[in-house]
Amino acid sequence: MCGIVGIYLKNKKYNKQLGKLLTGMMNNMASRGPDSAGFAVYNKSSKFKYTVCLKENYDLKDLKKDLKNKLSNTKYKLIADHVVVESSSKPEKALPHIKKIKEIDLVGYGKSIEIFKQVGNPKDVVKKFSLDKFSGSHAIGHTRMATESAITTDGSHPYSTGEDECLVHNGSLSNHNNLRRTLIKNGIEFKSQNDTEVAAGYISNSLKNKTSLKETLTNGLKDLDGFYTFITGTQKGFAVLRDEIACKPAVIAETKDYVAIASEFQAMAHLPDVNKAEIYEPKPGVVYSWGS
Amino acid sequence: MNFDLSKKTLSDVNAFLQKIDLKSNQRDFVIKNPLGNHALCAGLQDEIKVTIQGHVGYYCAGMNKNAHIIVEGNVGTGVAENMMSGIVHVKGNASQSAGATGHGGTLIIDGDASSRCGISMKGIDIIVKGSVGHMSAFMAQSGNLIILGDADEYLGDSIYEAKIYCLGKVQSLGADCIEKEMNEKEINHLSSILKAQNIKADPKKFKRYGSARSLYNFKIDNVSNY
Repeated sequence: MCGIVGIYLKNKKYNKQLGKLLTGMMNNMASRGPDSAGFAVYNKSSKFKYTVCLKENYDLKDLKKDLKNKLSNTKYKLIADHVVVESSSKPEKALPHIKKIKEIDLVGYGKSIEIFKQVGNPKDVVKKFSLDKFSGSHAIGHTRMATESAITTDGSHPYSTGEDECLVHNGSLSNHNNLRRTLIKNGIEFKSQNDTEVAAGYISNSLKNKTSLKETLTNGLKDLDGFYTFITGTQKGFAVLRDEIACKPAVIAETKDYVAIASEFQAMAHLPDVNKAEIYEPKPGVVYSWGS
Repeated sequence: MNFDLSKKTLSDVNAFLQKIDLKSNQRDFVIKNPLGNHALCAGLQDEIKVTIQGHVGYYCAGMNKNAHIIVEGNVGTGVAENMMSGIVHVKGNASQSAGATGHGGTLIIDGDASSRCGISMKGIDIIVKGSVGHMSAFMAQSGNLIILGDADEYLGDSIYEAKIYCLGKVQSLGADCIEKEMNEKEINHLSSILKAQNIKADPKKFKRYGSARSLYNFKIDNVSNY
């Protein structure tokens, strides 16, 4: 089943409440995906942010020691078992150092994005990461009911698809094994057997080849076989795509202050002025995007 | 009588409405703050009127028998699914599979209905004042789907004996669905349904679609259509 949610603020007056609004949306989607949860929050910074997940028996002190003198102007923010490393070092310099440390997993990176994900009931996961305290310009989230692969943090969404890019997915892909093999040949790395990770890899690979996000998603309609509603987060906003059968739900609510998307209206029932919002469903096979 | 779903549980409200004390004179109910809840007003049996003030979730008014349910907002997947009789009136938009498998009664949607509106309908009348999404009236067996706006691709795919009337543009017809003659009998039939619901639209301007009946029996030449 899975639940997906996203909110893009048109009016800055809600920026400080972004985390709180997304918390309500994720909590209401807990019933669609009780196995794991994750979210990506976009809050623009002058430096780069690298979100990493610490594995067992490895802590912030170890991370600081391992990254000492490797990244410039670093600042560390520890939230549960995730650390956001802020640094002026660019990804080409920083990523090789981060990837070398076997005791951490890189969850996402960019100038705006911070990604957090964890197994467990979404209501507990958002509490653990204190999502309600986050501010920012837009955010997307996911609650997972595992079908294709194991319940692990690696199998949780959102998936990073590149600098300031990520993906959440409700549905299942049927050609992911074949596609994974092709993408591995193109140098894309995978950590799990998850189908969505393959879709994320597909998007990364296409964006790397300078194809626009809109074109990438349009090409995805013929290359990705299966059922899906995707939300892809970008530095400036997000895009939504449903497969051409459109049996995976999505509903959009738009007011003068925000655009929200969710698997069910229930996720948005608490949003400000939602009863005055324009509410509609994205059409099958059409790319919708906001902010870029 | 009013119910507030931010204070009362969904199952309490549904249980009350499903078992009305017919000795009381209470026949008019209002539900406030529906908050997108699922299966609201499912399985209502009696001749009562329920007004829902806001947006609801999936399967609202499912299996309805006799009740007149008004939703002052949008509805999720499967509104009035398997309805037997009565009236369900949605003032906003409806999600996919509106009126699915409905046996009878009338479903009116003031806005748009998305994909597969009237899938496998079995006698229900569905009137959509806006447009319908793709694959509407898929395998529809009986009843009338009346569309005042446009219809997306594959309208009436694999349709049986249901009738489709559309005022606007049809993007494409599904397998075995064809345009049919809109003769006087059909105009009168459509006119009586529209009149009963006080809908002002000229029945002469509608086009009618139905089954070509070429998929009824298996023919090897049609294998690609199955």
